[in-house]
Amino acid sequence: MSFNSVAEFFAMGGHGLYVWLCYGVTLLALVLSFVLPGMRRRQLIREQAQRLRREEAGL
Amino acid sequence: MKVWFYRLGSPKWFYEISERWLPWLAWSSLLLIAVGTVWGLLFAPADYQQGNSFRIMYIHVPAAFLAQSCYMMMAVAAVISLVWKMKLCDLVIVAAAPLGAAFTFLALFTGAVWGKPTWGTWWVWDARLTAMLILLFLYFGVIALQHAIQDKVASARATAVLILVGVVNIPIIKYSVDWWNTLHQPASFKLTEKPAMPAEMWLPLLVMVLGFYCFFAAVLFMRTRNEILDRERRTQWVRELVKKVSSR
Repeated sequence: MSFNSVAEFFAMGGHGLYVWLCYGVTLLALVLSFVLPGMRRRQLIREQAQRLRREEAGL
Repeated sequence: MKVWFYRLGSPKWFYEISERWLPWLAWSSLLLIAVGTVWGLLFAPADYQQGNSFRIMYIHVPAAFLAQSCYMMMAVAAVISLVWKMKLCDLVIVAAAPLGAAFTFLALFTGAVWGKPTWGTWWVWDARLTAMLILLFLYFGVIALQHAIQDKVASARATAVLILVGVVNIPIIKYSVDWWNTLHQPASFKLTEKPAMPAEMWLPLLVMVLGFYCFFAAVLFMRTRNEILDRERRTQWVRELVKKVSSR
């Protein structure tokens, strides 16, 4: 391990702001790009199921 | 061969095969990125010149790889779409463009934040940086064009042509560091040479790159499946699938 304490790890030798900003934004982007398609899928299934029900009731 | 090619182009076939691949891709990307992050942040030794800011490399380099690989994949799909009119390729392009834009943004953003402590500036009009910015605008152009044309067939054709025109930017990105000797450093990794850094520094990077590729594939599959569900909603198999899934 290249750090002696937790504080040293978060400080990143004075570059903490830069390192954590990068990792934070990347984590946010990765989580969003994984979660959004899942939500879109549920929305699509819901809309299409509704449309199918309407069609069946209307015909 | 012909049957195989026909099946490959079928959205239904892709939907079924991707269902089996998705959990493997998703879990391996999670595992690889977790291992790579802990390894890169905690265990890799600090750079003797840059100190700890070099740890940004572990996301900057994979994001930049993906930004370009995504574009090349879209270009291959564009050729297939133009020549063989394969519908699946159009759907893959629609699904991939925002993802490619996201990775290009990440590469530019992490590069800017890394540049501040290393070069003393967030941004310079360096050849590599400018070419990556053009790549981001190409992705925006592709997305805008897809939304601007209502007719799906015409939209797919125009998008494919734009993508192929933009391919010229990819070698410019790759060789910009050799052609113009400006701020961005040349590639640290070549397939033919040993990396210019110790193994304990580049091994976590390799893990991260693999993890990012798995992540890209997983999200691309999810997005393409959504496009298929939307575009094929009038077909019998999607109707049955919707009924089955929504009754659960």
